[in-house]
Amino acid sequence: MRALTYTSFLGIACLVLEIFNLRKIVVPVVVLALLAILGINFTEWNGSSVSFYNDMLRADNFALAFTGLLIVTAAGLVAMSGSFYDAEETKLADYISVIVFTLCGGIALVSFSNMAMLFIGLEVLSISLYILAGSKRRDIRSNEAAMKYFLMGSFASGILLFGITLVYGATGSFNLVQIGVYASEGNVDPIFTVGVIMILIAMLFKVSAVPFHFWAPDVYEGSPTLTTAMMATLSKVAAMAAFYRLFSVSFVNNFSGFAWILSVVAALTMLVGNLTALNQDSFKRMLAFSGVAHAGYMLLAIMSLYQNSANALFFYTVAYTFASLGAFAIGISVMKRRKSEKIEAFNGLGKSNPFQAVALTIFMLSMAGIPPLAGFFAKYYVFFEAIKTQHLAVVIVAVITSAISVYYYFKLILAMWTRDSEEGEAAAGGAISYVAIAAICLVVTLALGVLPSLVPSISQMAGR
Amino acid sequence: MLLLVILFLPLVAALAVYLSGNKLAAKVALVASVAEFAVSLVALQHVAHSQFEGLSYFHAWIANPNISFGIACDGLSLLLVLLATFLVPVIILSSFGTEQANARSLYALILLMQFAMIGVFIATDGLLFYIFWELALIPIYFIALLWGQGKDKAFIQTATFKFFVYTLIGSLFMLVAFIFLYSKAGSLSLQALYGLNLSYTEQIFVALAFFFAFAVKIPVFPFHTWQADTYTEAPTMGTMLLSGIMLKMGLYGLLRWLLPVAPQGLQTLIPYFIVLAVIGVVYGSILAIQQKNVKRLLAYSSFAHVGLIAAGIFSLTNEGMQGAVVQMLAHGVNVVGAFFAGEVILRRTGTLEIHQLGGIRSIAPRFATAFIIIVLASVALPTTNAFIGEFLLLFGVFEYNTWLSIVAGLTIILGAVYMLKMYQYVMLGEKRATVSAFPDLTTSELAVFAILITAIFVCGVYPKPIMEIAQPALTEILKHTLG
Repeated sequence: MRALTYTSFLGIACLVLEIFNLRKIVVPVVVLALLAILGINFTEWNGSSVSFYNDMLRADNFALAFTGLLIVTAAGLVAMSGSFYDAEETKLADYISVIVFTLCGGIALVSFSNMAMLFIGLEVLSISLYILAGSKRRDIRSNEAAMKYFLMGSFASGILLFGITLVYGATGSFNLVQIGVYASEGNVDPIFTVGVIMILIAMLFKVSAVPFHFWAPDVYEGSPTLTTAMMATLSKVAAMAAFYRLFSVSFVNNFSGFAWILSVVAALTMLVGNLTALNQDSFKRMLAFSGVAHAGYMLLAIMSLYQNSANALFFYTVAYTFASLGAFAIGISVMKRRKSEKIEAFNGLGKSNPFQAVALTIFMLSMAGIPPLAGFFAKYYVFFEAIKTQHLAVVIVAVITSAISVYYYFKLILAMWTRDSEEGEAAAGGAISYVAIAAICLVVTLALGVLPSLVPSISQMAGR
Repeated sequence: MLLLVILFLPLVAALAVYLSGNKLAAKVALVASVAEFAVSLVALQHVAHSQFEGLSYFHAWIANPNISFGIACDGLSLLLVLLATFLVPVIILSSFGTEQANARSLYALILLMQFAMIGVFIATDGLLFYIFWELALIPIYFIALLWGQGKDKAFIQTATFKFFVYTLIGSLFMLVAFIFLYSKAGSLSLQALYGLNLSYTEQIFVALAFFFAFAVKIPVFPFHTWQADTYTEAPTMGTMLLSGIMLKMGLYGLLRWLLPVAPQGLQTLIPYFIVLAVIGVVYGSILAIQQKNVKRLLAYSSFAHVGLIAAGIFSLTNEGMQGAVVQMLAHGVNVVGAFFAGEVILRRTGTLEIHQLGGIRSIAPRFATAFIIIVLASVALPTTNAFIGEFLLLFGVFEYNTWLSIVAGLTIILGAVYMLKMYQYVMLGEKRATVSAFPDLTTSELAVFAILITAIFVCGVYPKPIMEIAQPALTEILKHTLG
């Protein structure tokens, strides 16, 4: 669990760099430091899943794998922030340190083994995101997004805290394993059940599942695009992993009572997310609703709490993160160049910048689940887990909505390849960091499509 | 090793074509695809002598789920691989003498599609089959979308998109069926699936999911609505790939993956499947008669022909299946010839509307001769390749049910009506203004027709080798299907 410690130090170090007026090197330093932490993180791989700070955190493979994914995502976001905030150089180090603190919250969320740590992790993540959502200070939409996100988010945190309190009242413990022991003894107190349902609602809110998704599109659209990318990838993945961790350790034994709620929620999330995405003409809003829909597919993995379904969830988040990050890397540079966030802004990209167009096409196809790309195996694994646990009806909904999703992904693909743009024949691909991140994401998306075994198995989880 | 070369050569060639630039793309693609055909002929040599060494390859691929990279080539697979490797160079040659925008991408996509289609025909693992199946869709989607020859760009987008979504929904149901089978068998290799004991209800479910996926691709009535628009809007090369090779993927899927995997469920469903197929035969023919556009007419005619092939497969008789194999090859050759004839007309007159054409024969006698041979082969005249195929298919359906075979037999009469009527309006009669300048075939066009016509007569006069090569594979499939 050294990653969490080092990341916290790194966040502070960013601010120190600012004091010493070393703003210019902050981006490369942080990216390199994050990559070093990534290496350190995996030295604990397959360890004895030691617990830290009175069993507040556990470094099992599940935690380490998700931590690794979050660090990579954060490194990508930091690399892009250099040119994203070029108009606000004086604030750059502040923003980057907030991104690093978001990562700290994320790491706590994927490795907690105590309810208190869950709450702290969620709050660190959320508060950092409130700041980042409002980071374009002179943009009214950014302010609105931050305000909206803050109000909704604190409401959900309240519900979560209430739920944790009720569970504590019933079990007398914050420790996940001890709660799990209480739950498995049968004959649970009704306030325990009420508490679990409140926790469930708060988690569904954080992963923007229907019917708690209404904040997502507005916040995604209003926030600076880099923050949108962060919410869609880092924050969603961390919340999803926390959700899985909590339920698989503490509530797995009386899970059947909640499974049907989750299956209804998953089906609705996929339907509403995909159907609403059809009508969007803004790139960010479309990706927001597509993100809602993807949360639905990830819920399939949570619904089927088998040992392997952690692998399915991890694979899905990896595939989804790289496709989204790549799409945002290209999206940001195209939207900046053409000064529009509409899907029409991508018109004629196939002619003006074939690399960006091909890469974005592949990211969209991967999200739609077309083989042989990473997104296909992601869907394959979660569908497989769901079928294994007899959730055939939900899988059929998932299949139909997957086909629906093709429609809006193809709207973007069609815009790039068949429409003409006013732009000249060749256009620059934006800053080198965007190109590099798009290229890395492209390689990962293609490689995992051919060799899905590259993603390690994370079945070993503490307390199971 | 040989099979790996056959599979991956088109992929390497696609890369080479893309790198060779727009000027050289067509030539490089032609050379590569001819080389591919030559290699597949070597495989034919092996299969003909029952030497299957080097014609299967197995490598562990993904540990969890347990998916292998397994490919193998028996007689049935080989014939379809040959169809693909034979038609692709012909299709590429058919474009010679025309100017294609962004040629290197176009020819690279064609070869990529050939790679995927060959993969479909030789995969022995369900998920590998599925991956190739989907992979084939992406190049043809972009070929149809970006090089489509319709005038209304918005309509091309609608048509190709409908095609994509339609086939994708079908495939996704196949994926669900595969995942379900995997949860039962723990593997998706053909052997594991053939040996699987599924309950009756499970078989019904699996059979329906597979049928839906394959029926969209073939297409079988009532899943055909994407077909005519896509065929009409796509560039002729795309239409040839779709109708000549790609729809055989669906028929092959029926034979290899549906019949032996869910035999008992199939027994219950077959009356419905076969009736749908026969409805398609008659309905397609009637629609073809009413068409005013050559390409649309050919699209519906193709729909009718493949309906009969599907009916023959569902008859579950050896004759029906033999007919299906022979007719798959014959239909591939004939439909490519017919669409090419349409393309020749389009290049010279700019239209394919039947009522605007007429009198071509008097000024282009060589083209008229070639076209009439294609037309006669399409209506299954004896000594042409389609005759033996349709005869066997109808015989198979006859063994299944007499009345059904009589209805299906209408296709021969109706087929003659629409093909000959079309020929009459387009080629004979008074010379129309549109055809005032109609130069006869160029050398490369003549070469395309010559190759296709040779194939028509060789397979028509001496189809026995085809049947002999296919027989062991079909016997095996029938054994598993009938228990």
